[in-house]
Amino acid sequence: MEWSEPGIILGARRHGESSLLISVLTRSRGRNKGLARGAARSRGRGAMEPGTLVDATWSARLQDHLGLWRLDAGTAYAALVLEDPLRLGCLEAATDLVDAALPERQAYPVVYDGLLAVLEALGRDDTWASLHLRWELDLLGSLGYGLDLAACAVSGVTDNLAYVSPRTGRAVSMAAAEGYRDRLLVLPRLLGGIGRTNDWSQGWDLIDGLALTGHFLGRHIHPDMETPLPGSRTRYIDRMTRLMAFSSGSSLQD
Amino acid sequence: MAAGPEIERLIQLLAKLPGLGPRSARRATLHLIKRREALMRPLATALEAAADTILACPVCGNLDTISPCAVCNDPGRDRSIICVVEDVADLWAIERSHSHRGLYHVLGGILSALDGIKPEDLSIDSLVARASAGDIVEVILAMNATVEGQTTAHYLTDRLAESGARVSRLAHGVPIGGELDYLDEGTLAAALRARRTV
Repeated sequence: MEWSEPGIILGARRHGESSLLISVLTRSRGRNKGLARGAARSRGRGAMEPGTLVDATWSARLQDHLGLWRLDAGTAYAALVLEDPLRLGCLEAATDLVDAALPERQAYPVVYDGLLAVLEALGRDDTWASLHLRWELDLLGSLGYGLDLAACAVSGVTDNLAYVSPRTGRAVSMAAAEGYRDRLLVLPRLLGGIGRTNDWSQGWDLIDGLALTGHFLGRHIHPDMETPLPGSRTRYIDRMTRLMAFSSGSSLQD
Repeated sequence: MAAGPEIERLIQLLAKLPGLGPRSARRATLHLIKRREALMRPLATALEAAADTILACPVCGNLDTISPCAVCNDPGRDRSIICVVEDVADLWAIERSHSHRGLYHVLGGILSALDGIKPEDLSIDSLVARASAGDIVEVILAMNATVEGQTTAHYLTDRLAESGARVSRLAHGVPIGGELDYLDEGTLAAALRARRTV
């Protein structure tokens, strides 16, 4: 059997002397793995990196087999941000997360579209960080663990939402959170909340948002593992936190 | 197969070497048997000697039969520059270029979510300690131009920030003999960004 579809490379690891075992996310066939023979030695090796858009053709004798890739590389988004540690960190965190979180061969078109939007924004403007945060929220929703951030779980009000319950994933208003605030997760302004304070910068808002999505991603993706989320995502947040601690964080604002 | 167990075992072991499959291993075995005195016995002796004496340099991680290694012991080396490489194969590649006369530091891998390699799995603490010792002027990060390689380089840059040494990295761009028409757009974009006045 054989199929062809555009896709995004999530990861590539060497297999033997000259081949690469490559994981590719496509819109209608989800995450697929396959062997790209000779790819480790070919002139196009540089494009077989996470975040590269490819025209992918997968073939195998049986559907259960690992399969072989024929990959025609398009835009290599990683090459555009290789020298920017924060953007490169975001790209690696996103592709590693998809590779760790999505089951194989199941379509998640929202995740694909969102990841492509993040990659395009990485090389284009400053919206990439907030797009990435919203994409993680969509990823949770696609996996069936969507957060309910539209109304307060206690009072039903839709304004002054400030927190999220770490247990139910539902929003809590500032008034309803009285007495429980230290046990709740902050709902940042980027996700429809009121954030910590009115003058809270958007960079810190992003970090609060990633802590929120990270809590639920960690609970639902490989919860039995000591570190359920990819190390690249942790390093990305650490770097962003350090940057915010030393600067105004203007490069993170959209 | 018609070969005895000793020959079969030799074929199996040779087939585990990089670049050799079972067919090549059989040919190599036959070649060794035909040249038993001229090649097979010297090879066996050399393998045994190497297995007994080769060790990792406690300073830089290079492989050698003396400790510290020949590079660390060489008085002609510039001891104010450290070139950081992923593994010994990269060190050998840079040595072949005869373009670096400083010291080295072998990390022992790169950060990788796929392979589960974390910072504590690499020899980063010893690199920071060496760079902070005071006599190091520059640390060259000679990592692969891959996402994982550059992520590792950025992480090392952060860790080395307090050391006082200047941190540099290899250039990315058009390889010698490279034709622009055949280069991928990422390499071309990196080359354009790193252009310099002539």
